[in-house]
Amino acid sequence: MTRLQVAVTGLGVVAPGGVGVKEFWELLTAGRTATRAISRFDASGYRSRIAAECDFDPAQHGLSPQQVRRMDRCAQFAVVAAAEALADSGVSGEAPPERVGVSIGSAVGATISLEREYVVLSDGGARWEVDPRYAIPHLYHHLVPSSVAAEVAWLAGAEGPVALVSTGCTAGLDAVGHGARLVAEGEVDVMVAGASEAPISPITVACFDAIKATSPNNDDPEHASRPFDALRNGFVLGEGAAVLVLESLPHARRRGARIYATIDGYANRCNAYHMTGLRPDGVEMAEAIRLAMAEARMPVDEVDYVNAHGSGTKQNDRHETAAFKRSLGEHAYRTPVSSIKSMVGHSLGAIGSLEVVASVLAIHHDVVPPTANLHNPDPECDLDYVPLVARERRVDAVLSVGSGFGGFQTAMVLRGPAGGGR
Amino acid sequence: MTSAATATPALARGTARAVVTGMSAVTAIGVGLEEYWRNLLDGACGIRPITRFDTTGYPIRVAGEIPDFDSARVPSRLVVQTDRWTHFGLLAGELALADAGVDPAELPEYELSVHTASGSGGNEFGQRELQALWAEGPSRVGVYQSIAWFYAATTGQLSIRHGMKGWSGVLVAEQAGGLDVVAQARRSLAQGSRIVLTGATEAALNPAAFTSQIAGGMLSAAGEYLPFDEAASGFLPGEGGAMFVVESAEHASARAARPYGVVAGHAATFDPAPDTGRPPGLRRAVETALAEAGVAPSDVDVVFADADGRAEADAAEALVLTEVFGPRGVPVTTTKAATGRLVAGSAALDVVTALLAMRDGVIPPVVNVRRPAVDLDLVLDRPRPAALRTALVLARGYPGFNSALVLRAAAPN
Repeated sequence: MTRLQVAVTGLGVVAPGGVGVKEFWELLTAGRTATRAISRFDASGYRSRIAAECDFDPAQHGLSPQQVRRMDRCAQFAVVAAAEALADSGVSGEAPPERVGVSIGSAVGATISLEREYVVLSDGGARWEVDPRYAIPHLYHHLVPSSVAAEVAWLAGAEGPVALVSTGCTAGLDAVGHGARLVAEGEVDVMVAGASEAPISPITVACFDAIKATSPNNDDPEHASRPFDALRNGFVLGEGAAVLVLESLPHARRRGARIYATIDGYANRCNAYHMTGLRPDGVEMAEAIRLAMAEARMPVDEVDYVNAHGSGTKQNDRHETAAFKRSLGEHAYRTPVSSIKSMVGHSLGAIGSLEVVASVLAIHHDVVPPTANLHNPDPECDLDYVPLVARERRVDAVLSVGSGFGGFQTAMVLRGPAGGGR
Repeated sequence: MTSAATATPALARGTARAVVTGMSAVTAIGVGLEEYWRNLLDGACGIRPITRFDTTGYPIRVAGEIPDFDSARVPSRLVVQTDRWTHFGLLAGELALADAGVDPAELPEYELSVHTASGSGGNEFGQRELQALWAEGPSRVGVYQSIAWFYAATTGQLSIRHGMKGWSGVLVAEQAGGLDVVAQARRSLAQGSRIVLTGATEAALNPAAFTSQIAGGMLSAAGEYLPFDEAASGFLPGEGGAMFVVESAEHASARAARPYGVVAGHAATFDPAPDTGRPPGLRRAVETALAEAGVAPSDVDVVFADADGRAEADAAEALVLTEVFGPRGVPVTTTKAATGRLVAGSAALDVVTALLAMRDGVIPPVVNVRRPAVDLDLVLDRPRPAALRTALVLARGYPGFNSALVLRAAAPN
């Protein structure tokens, strides 16, 4: 098994509740929720009419009118988050372009633009044979989500391996894991890794309505996302992006970079069971956790914080709780577990990267973000989910997990910087 | 504790000999490995008028459509739950496993992985659901949209269908993703997988996706895909692709499987932004992949080119091949003029085709090209017999991806 130990040296975030790492962390540690009634389109005909939206003005973040026209909202988020991460790391110019790669996760790519343009081409769905005369020049840029990773690569000046990782709702974790793997293998010195999603569009909201995956708590959006709560009734769709700068430890040390944390373990397994369903036993997620811990060479009782998937669906939170008990044993009961989806919603492919950033910040600040809206304990979810209020405690080691459509189960293990350089 | 820098490079990069032991192809000139291969060698061309929708009023009306794809070859429950792209993937996956002689049920489930690439996901399914939403209302969107349209659908369905629980993934790098997943397959072996089902399929011939491609301005308005030809005017899309089985040489040998060949080297690069004045990354991808394989340019017996079909891109590729291999230094061919450009599916199909070419000692010809505009040793008109030990497969992906893969014949035991 390979050794990871890859340094995180820069962070960037576009999240509901605020653009930027500082705003993101303030929201999380205050236990505030950014879920609200959908404002991005008229959602009055939908079962779930709530979401965690970003207040985001691309021009304010330096995107030119040409870039805004060319890029879907998902790509815009990615580029703005990447710019913050690169500036934070100070890595620009420190590695030759050939030694810099990009790994960006997204589950549904440029959905908003594809849907918007479909409506034009098809005259509002009236025609199956759409009218190519109404196609905008950038339509192919939207059809292939590889363009999202490409936009980040152009920004970063990356000429090494570049890819979009698209494993549904674990894409955010898998993209960072992939990036860390390439650094550890020596393929690159620097990886710009993260994920972005902008799924708040009619088709995405409708498709989750159809399977009743999202919460219908339309009358109380701020309290709709209720991971691990007995009254939880589905996830709340979110949007946003998070990008990390990853470097080999020697590279980061040589240039005197601030090392927030190291990514020490990463594993992904599939349940091979159902595209959306989860067995209650959590076996495959537990296996992913076991492997990530083994790669990190970390005994289970060293885990200080578990950053959960915690989507707030009935089956997920039960599945995940079982997976924690199965993999961490008695230590699962002694470890704080929380879900930031209670505050920023579930941004599909992006959320895994937002959760990695939250995990890094938990290490950096020695604070565990809470699970908001957790008022009613569920007998099936009987761990310490850090209800409502952030908790100060020493955080040296974090386990972050994700679970997604397709059966993907992913686990990542992070450690504080060796030598206590905080 | 060892650091990453001191980890065994070969193991870390997954270069412990990975071999291909089972293959399939789903294309406009044949569904199934041997049917495809026979027709390719016969010079068949699958570019025909599109029949999947009424193309009246479309500026381009031909593509490499798979005629009469028999969806009865896909489990009926999955036919309705998945897009056509996944239908191709499910059939190709099943055929590849059968060709490898692998029954996943007999192997440890966590040691079985799936890695697919996708260019644009479940297009036709997505358009149908968009139409339902916009013409009839949100409640008409079906329960399978959430699992059929997204790029991970094919990997997820293959994992479930064959009980494969090991590390699995999905890469999107337009065409180049179809080669990059082979590198993921090698990484899976390094992580402990025994069997990796990998490759890519594509289906983007529904009206909305086809229109998106027309809008991209890269297709041949003349309706002819003539890569490297004086009349080159762009490419034409096709549908389909290939899946194949990758395992370690040791595992293949232990179960007495006969490998088609060895995955010897891979590299992925990205072109700099157009305004930087820096050179594109294709040459570096080629040289890095050859170096990793421990292969000199003179050892390469055939190149499966990207063969974009636009004059400028063809010239750029020809320049790289001339710089690396010398003037007319290596035979060059492509399958895309026969099948259409299958995005990630073409890169995967070229892996399969290169290994078939090695097996039978023959290079398939580029169909339709008569007047090369570049000074390359293009294999034209008819198959060229040749002893092939080493092949290079290239793929460039929109916008700016480059990937190169080196395949070698399996060493005789």
